[in-house]
Amino acid sequence: MGTLDIIDTLAGIEPGSALDAIRARRPQARENAQKSYLSLFEPIDSSEFSLSERAAVAAFVTGLHGESPVAAFYREKLAANADGAALLEPITAEIERGRTSGPYGAFPAGPLSIENKAGLIYRVSAERKPVLGARLAAALEHAHLLVFRPRDASSADMKGLLTAGWSPTGIVTFSQLVAFLSFQVRVVSGLRTLAAASAQEVAS
Amino acid sequence: MNTVNPPVVFTQDELGWVSWIDPLPETELTERHFAGLVDRARAKSEYFRLLVRDPEVLEARTRTDKDIFYNVADGLPRAERELAAAATSRYNGCIYCASVHARFASTYSKRRDDVQRLLDEGIKADLGERWNAVVKASVALAATPIAFGPDNIEELRRAGLDDAEIVDVINGASFFNWANRLMLSLGEPSK
Repeated sequence: MGTLDIIDTLAGIEPGSALDAIRARRPQARENAQKSYLSLFEPIDSSEFSLSERAAVAAFVTGLHGESPVAAFYREKLAANADGAALLEPITAEIERGRTSGPYGAFPAGPLSIENKAGLIYRVSAERKPVLGARLAAALEHAHLLVFRPRDASSADMKGLLTAGWSPTGIVTFSQLVAFLSFQVRVVSGLRTLAAASAQEVAS
Repeated sequence: MNTVNPPVVFTQDELGWVSWIDPLPETELTERHFAGLVDRARAKSEYFRLLVRDPEVLEARTRTDKDIFYNVADGLPRAERELAAAATSRYNGCIYCASVHARFASTYSKRRDDVQRLLDEGIKADLGERWNAVVKASVALAATPIAFGPDNIEELRRAGLDDAEIVDVINGASFFNWANRLMLSLGEPSK
């Protein structure tokens, strides 16, 4: 494959290292996590979800998880996009407004209701809505729900996205992108933690 | 219209799933879509006919999923990969995903009662050292900000997992942060 493996790069996994050998035992998972990334960020068809929107949502979602090499990577991707660079500042400001701890939200009414946990219902600030536009503002609000309180999702959220100009196919790709990043940021964090723990063991 | 009868508790029973937006009709699927579905039989599933609106992403996601869970030539036993998936789903609140993967965890571990306790009592259920370590690591990974740290690695190692098995926990738990968000937000389970 011509391109660098993105998870290896973000996790700092060197060729020939112990973790490189462990990842090689799941070659399909490694190759297809990479293909997932490429099909989301270098798609053959971006007509329902533009590349600048993808970069903006990715910077927002990974930023909500806190500062990390993954968040820095997607921030740079947004800055490098001709239509996206102007969004970097408003997205960064919205990340600050949206940061909280999850998962929270409500269960279907019944015995699980005692586990309901209240938390921030994020809405894009009124001052930045005109800069972001209705379509991207709706996407950021739904992305925040997906990151922190996915169990709160309802059919009304789908109607909201459709009303804001998202097509059903655009909604599927957008949901995949947010959900994929939720996976990617965790694999990278987990592998980094494991590598650090092993390095410490060798040192001590 | 489908009549939806949503479950209100976590269960190992088989559930249905109903989409909130239109899946592609079976009659409109092309070879590009079948490539995305990977298994042709998935054309019968409303969930996969919805996700196949973006076939390239679905295909890559499906192949990632299969290798993380089904490639058991080495590494963590299948039962414990399923446990990581079920614990993640329990914590995030995905009743549908939890039902499927709790069932698999029961099948492969033969510890149906312990799996049921995870569903009934939640992520704090005491399931013995090894399972507790897997559940706790999965939950720490599911938190936002991510709470997974050196203590989790230490606990997994103490419970007997080597680094390759720990990577299987990381992959399995992380993957369900992907799956849960799709299942929870694009439709709902039905009894």
